[in-house]
Amino acid sequence: MLPPTDPHAVVDQLFREESGRVVATLIRVLGDFDLAEEAVQEAFLTALETWPSRGIPDNPGAWIMTTARNRAIDRLRRRKRLAEKAELLGREAAIEAEVAAVDPEASIDAESDVSPIADDRLRLIFTCCHPALAIDARVALTLRTLGGLSTPEIARAFLVPEVTLAQRLVRAKRKIRDAGIPYRVPPDHDLPERLDGVLRVLYLVFNEGYGASSGDRLIRRELSTEAIRLGRVLVDLMPDEPEALGLLALMLLHDARREARTGGDGELVLLEDQDRGRWNRPRIDEGRELLERALRMRRVGPMQLQAAIAALHDDAETPADTDWQEIAGLYAALRRIEPTPIVELNRAVAVAMALGPEAGLRLVDALVAGGELDTYPYLHAARADLLRRLGRSSEAAAAYTRALELTANEAERTFLDGRLAEVASG
Amino acid sequence: MRYLLLIYTQEQLEPTGDAAGAEFAAYGAFTNEVRDRGIYQAGEALRPTTTATTVRVRDGQTVTTDGPFAETKEALGGFYMVDATDLDDAIQLAAKIPGAKHGSIEIRPIFEYGAAEGSSSEAVGAAG
Repeated sequence: MLPPTDPHAVVDQLFREESGRVVATLIRVLGDFDLAEEAVQEAFLTALETWPSRGIPDNPGAWIMTTARNRAIDRLRRRKRLAEKAELLGREAAIEAEVAAVDPEASIDAESDVSPIADDRLRLIFTCCHPALAIDARVALTLRTLGGLSTPEIARAFLVPEVTLAQRLVRAKRKIRDAGIPYRVPPDHDLPERLDGVLRVLYLVFNEGYGASSGDRLIRRELSTEAIRLGRVLVDLMPDEPEALGLLALMLLHDARREARTGGDGELVLLEDQDRGRWNRPRIDEGRELLERALRMRRVGPMQLQAAIAALHDDAETPADTDWQEIAGLYAALRRIEPTPIVELNRAVAVAMALGPEAGLRLVDALVAGGELDTYPYLHAARADLLRRLGRSSEAAAAYTRALELTANEAERTFLDGRLAEVASG
Repeated sequence: MRYLLLIYTQEQLEPTGDAAGAEFAAYGAFTNEVRDRGIYQAGEALRPTTTATTVRVRDGQTVTTDGPFAETKEALGGFYMVDATDLDDAIQLAAKIPGAKHGSIEIRPIFEYGAAEGSSSEAVGAAG
């Protein structure tokens, strides 16, 4: 017996931490996403029903695994009986196929089969993030099967109707089955590209939870926490992949500022205005250690570079202490790997901070001439800010006006309105 | 698992002269590769869409028109049918088809009726 704890709390925590692992193992054994998920959910329900009266078992994780396996066998037997009746109706082919593919006698009676292989969750991550699935399906599937988030929770986080999200999950699982998406860790020659895809999904989940846009704040926080948790799982399973370490470091180094980046009314507080005393130091330290471990492997990548930039911001005791020169250099390195205008805009801002607004404006004007970011509000807001600092008020006002036209976010509009009034009166 | 690999290319951009010869040889090499692996089931090149005829039956009337239904940039130019291990295997094969370099390959799993006994595939992914 464990020390007397509230069984509900134990089940809740166990669900978050263990359901992904148990689902992953059962999918391998059963070869069926839905059956595995349903069986695991039933096992947790049984735990909620029985643990309060009978006590929490010594090894709750193993108990859940065994119970889920038994539930799966029950379900398969029921399906088999259904199949016998259906045969009379002449529909044997479809159902026989289903039962034959997941024969309970053949595959799960042996106890050893459900002993979790560390690889199971890794297989599941790569299957859920397969490039043949649409990106929104990858995100939903990862959160649902590995994160144990419920369909309504994910729907609320991404502001889509529950029905839409449920359909997205059904379609994704059907494609995995019907298109023959394999349930395995990709071979070495595919690994760099496929791992990159997994990291992108996790980073997207993190950003969705970190971004200042709209949505239920509690659920959003949950997304970031979940992305970090899955990032830790990935680092545990692939300790020699510097970009996996880099992603975890990047998420921790950003998440450390979470408390300081919203004000009392939920408004966004810019990095330079944040109370740095409210930054989470242990998180920063952990992030930096992970980043150093990654950098020692000498295979630099975009996640590590972005983590290094975040670390430089976290290192500065005041905004004035920020090493902008170094940050501009890191953005230049990032641009060589990911030559996107957004990266170039970030570099321009860092250059302006390091060398003065004039140098930054030259780069920003080149981006404006390129035209690719014309509808991107931050381009015009950044340009407006540089013009303002150079005292070119009327040009600054025009750029602020353009940024305002493109921004829907209330907090950002308030900020831009204030700046516009300032340059218009000055 | 059987997959149809549909080769879509822009007919105007088809290689000519020496390049056409090189592409023909590359297709030959690809065909030999899938034959050697024992996964080749079928493969053909199609004559261009200028030779195509479209048939529809509406209200019991057969309507025949010249050419493909819609003016599309990329047209179906040929196909392979292979018995690949799984989608990853099929993706790798598709990437080796010469037309992938200037056109695109659509991978479609074959609908196997009575999949349980018919398919030679390994049970991967969510079999069911």
